[in-house]
This record gives sequence, structure tokens and C-alpha cells, in this order.
Amino acid sequence: MMLPFIKRAIDDILQNRFLNFVTIITISLAILIASAFILFFVNSSEIINSWKRGLRIMAYLKPHIPNADLTHLEHSIQSLDGVHTLRYISKQEALDRLKAQLKHQSFLFEGLPENPLPDSFEIRMTASTGSWQKIESLAAQIESLALIEEVEYGRRWIGRFVRIISLFRLAGYAMGALFFVATVFIVANTIRLVIYSRREEVEIMRLVGATDRFIKLPFYIEGLIQGGLGAFIGLVMLFISFFFISANIEQGISPGLFRPQFLSATTIGGILLGSMLVGWLGCYISLKQFLKA
Amino acid sequence: MDAGEKSFIIRMFHVHHNFGSKKALIDITLDIAKNEFVFISGPSGAGKTTLLKLLYLGESVSEGQVLIDGINLSRIPRKKIPILRRKFGIIFQDYKLIPTKSVYDNVALVLEAAGAKRRFIPKKVKSILRSVGMEDRLKSFPPSLSGGEQQRIAVARAIIGDPKIILADEPTGSLDDESAEAILDLLKDAHIRGATVIIATHDKSLMRKTGGHVLVLRQGRIESSAFLEKQYDAAIY
Repeated sequence: MMLPFIKRAIDDILQNRFLNFVTIITISLAILIASAFILFFVNSSEIINSWKRGLRIMAYLKPHIPNADLTHLEHSIQSLDGVHTLRYISKQEALDRLKAQLKHQSFLFEGLPENPLPDSFEIRMTASTGSWQKIESLAAQIESLALIEEVEYGRRWIGRFVRIISLFRLAGYAMGALFFVATVFIVANTIRLVIYSRREEVEIMRLVGATDRFIKLPFYIEGLIQGGLGAFIGLVMLFISFFFISANIEQGISPGLFRPQFLSATTIGGILLGSMLVGWLGCYISLKQFLKA
Repeated sequence: MDAGEKSFIIRMFHVHHNFGSKKALIDITLDIAKNEFVFISGPSGAGKTTLLKLLYLGESVSEGQVLIDGINLSRIPRKKIPILRRKFGIIFQDYKLIPTKSVYDNVALVLEAAGAKRRFIPKKVKSILRSVGMEDRLKSFPPSLSGGEQQRIAVARAIIGDPKIILADEPTGSLDDESAEAILDLLKDAHIRGATVIIATHDKSLMRKTGGHVLVLRQGRIESSAFLEKQYDAAIY
């Protein structure tokens, strides 16, 4: 039933190679930019997750806490929701660690009258403590305990990074919507040129008794083919770029913890369908205006 | 609809048509019976082409009523226009063949648009191209054909759907005598098979050869309406 229309659509694409090529390239560039954004979000979320997995809360204790209170405090922290393990780090152990880390500047510690570092607990969280809000809430609960002086969990820089990513995500949604609308209009205008170049043919079809459906269907199929091909080319370009730069990212950002990943099959399917929708919508808008005239 | 109306396939009542301030047709009233062979004659600019256009809704009347096979064109919904147009086989003065489609595709278009069963289309197209002597050119494209050949393709496209009405606008205008004769024979043949044939022409020899209902237009008005005796015998076809 649809086969003759598909054949006509392919014939029409081959007859109007240049205009169709322009449309497909326009779609593929829009898809490349939009899917690059998606790829960035997917991987930045993965980076944050990998950092979260390595994240720990340092709870610094008030000075001179009796051993009995220390055990009680340890139980109090352990019982909090989201705490996986905790380890007591005495002020001496902390100083030894610091000295080991700064072995070339060990002279800095020579004149110290006493160890200035506090005792602390190093707290690791369960896997379910994924969201930033949960980490903040857990840290606040620990900080509210009477014997805790201060809590540190790298909130400044990780928090800032999460906020930046959120901003990027918002900008990404806005840009995605903008690209969608812009591409629809570019496709609509390109298809308008195709239709305009074939207005005589469309007029003849009408004069011999062709219905609007008979005239429109091959154009719609053309739009779907253009959208599908545009997405395919855009995604191939993205994959090639990804292939060449992913190795550098892997080494640079977080070796061992994070491995850059390409878009999932579901996302690729979604992009393909979205792109076909763009092609179809462009056709729909153009034809509606053209056939009304 | 009374019994008298049924025998008319085309009726026009006080039809006017204007192009801006220019009056192209003025107060046209006429009836054309089914299976009539009609010539619309008159000098250039008399309104012949405009009158044909009003019949297939290539133009809309400015005033008056047109009835085609009982359908009032002033009230026809947009969706029904393709069905109306399938009642016509139209031979345009400039042929209106699609240059990027083959002879076969140009002719098959009418059947495809009408939703004909696909397996019947190739056979019918080849048969009709054989009847116009163009069966060996079905893969050719219109720009590679002579004027006479294009005209024959236009005739093939007009008659392939077995239309009730055939409209031909100067069908022999730019052809040599032999080609013109061949085209006229094809139209006579369609007439014998039951079609109403309407030819807009200023070629008086064509009317003399064929005979039929002759309407003469001048400056947008019907100047005269007469019946010439048929010069060909239907029985021989």
C-alpha cells in the first residue's frame, strides 16, 4: 500500500539531490550539536557519580574527648542513615599522614610545640546516598552532634561543580528546544524550496484528480528519510569525535574511576525518532502553507 | 432534478468571470448534453480557455452557477474537487506533462491518483500508449519528444481514466496536418465510446471535418450556438 509512495519519495530525493543534500546536512549538524550536549550530560553525570562513590565525610572532633564518649559518638554516627563505614583517625595518625604527604617540606613541622590537628572520623557513605542533597543532609546531622567541631566533605568545589552542571543542563534543555524549533524551520524552508521547484508537478497532479493525501504522502516520507539520514550522519560524526577524544578525557579527568561512554541504544533511538519528527514536521508546515495557497 | 436535467452533463447559468476589472466572460448560459461533441470557437482572447477552466475549477466563477454532472461547483467542498476532476480528461494547450517523469509515469499518474489497482496499471498504460502510437517511447521523458508526440501523450493521459468529459484546449494548434488528424481521430474515438468532448479552437477546418455543436465566443459573450452535421460515421470506428 505504502510501497508506491516510498518509491516516489526516493525518486523525488534522487531528482532533487542538491536541495535534499542541504536539508540532510542541516539536520545532521543540528543533531551533532544537540547529541554532543546529551553526551556531555551523560558523562558529566557519570563523573559526578564516580566522585560521589569516592566521597567521604571528615568529622573533626572537639579536643580532649574521653574514650567512653568517643565510643558513644562512634555508635551515634554509625546509626545514621546513609553511613556505610567509619574509621577513627587520631590526631597523631593525621599528623603522620600529613608529614608523609609533605615529606619534602617536613621542616615545617619541626618547631611545632604541640600537634595542631584534631582527632577525626573518616565516614564513607552507602551507595544509596547518591544525591547531593542526601550527602548535605547527612553531613548536617553529623555536624549537629555535640562532640563534633566541624565537618568537611569537599562541598565547596563539588557543590560548585554540581551547580555548574545543573546550569549546563538547564542551558542544554533551552538550547535543545531552540535547536529543535530552528531545525524545524530550516527544514520547512528547505522543503518549501523543494516543493516550489516542483510546484508545476504538484499543480498537474491536482488537475488530474490527485487528492492532497496522494500529493503529501511522498513528501512526508521524504521528510522522515531526511530526518533519519540526518540523524545517522550526525551520530556517526559524533561517534568519530568521541572515539578520538575519549581516551584523552579518560586520562585527564579521573583515571580508574571514570570511563567515558557513548550514548545508550535507547538514547540513539530517541535521537533518531526525534530527528525523523523534525523532518516530518518541517514537511507538514511547508505543505500546509503550500497546498492552502 | 427532472428528466430534462439528467441528459445535460454541463449547465451554466448566467456565468460571469472577471480578472480584476477585466471581464473575461459575460452572462454565459449554456447546456451541453451527454456525449455531445462541442467546439468552442472564437478569436484569441474571446474567453475560450477561461470557459474550460471554469468547468474543472481551474478558476472559480465570479457570478452565476455551473453544474457538472449534477454537481453545483459553487457548493462543492474542497475535499470533493479531486473527484470532480476525475470526471474530466484535460488536454492542455501547453500539454502540462511533468518533464522529470517518464512518458509511462505521466500517463500512469491519472490511474495512480484515482487509486486504481496497481496490477492493472501497466497493462492499461501500455494499451493506451499503443492506441496513440507511442508504445515504444514509454521510457522517454517529455523534453526529448516532439510537439506532436507530447500532444499524443497528453491525449493518452486525458483518455486513460475513461473520463465522462474530455476538454481539449487548442489540441491541434501547433501540429502539422497529419499529427492534427491523428489527435482528432483519438478524440472522435473517445466520443464514440461515450465521452462528451469539448474542444476550444479557432481552427474552422477542424469543425468542418468533424461537425457537432459549435459555440462561438466573442469578447466574453456567446455570439452564436449552432449544430453542424457530423462528417464522420460513428459506425466505422
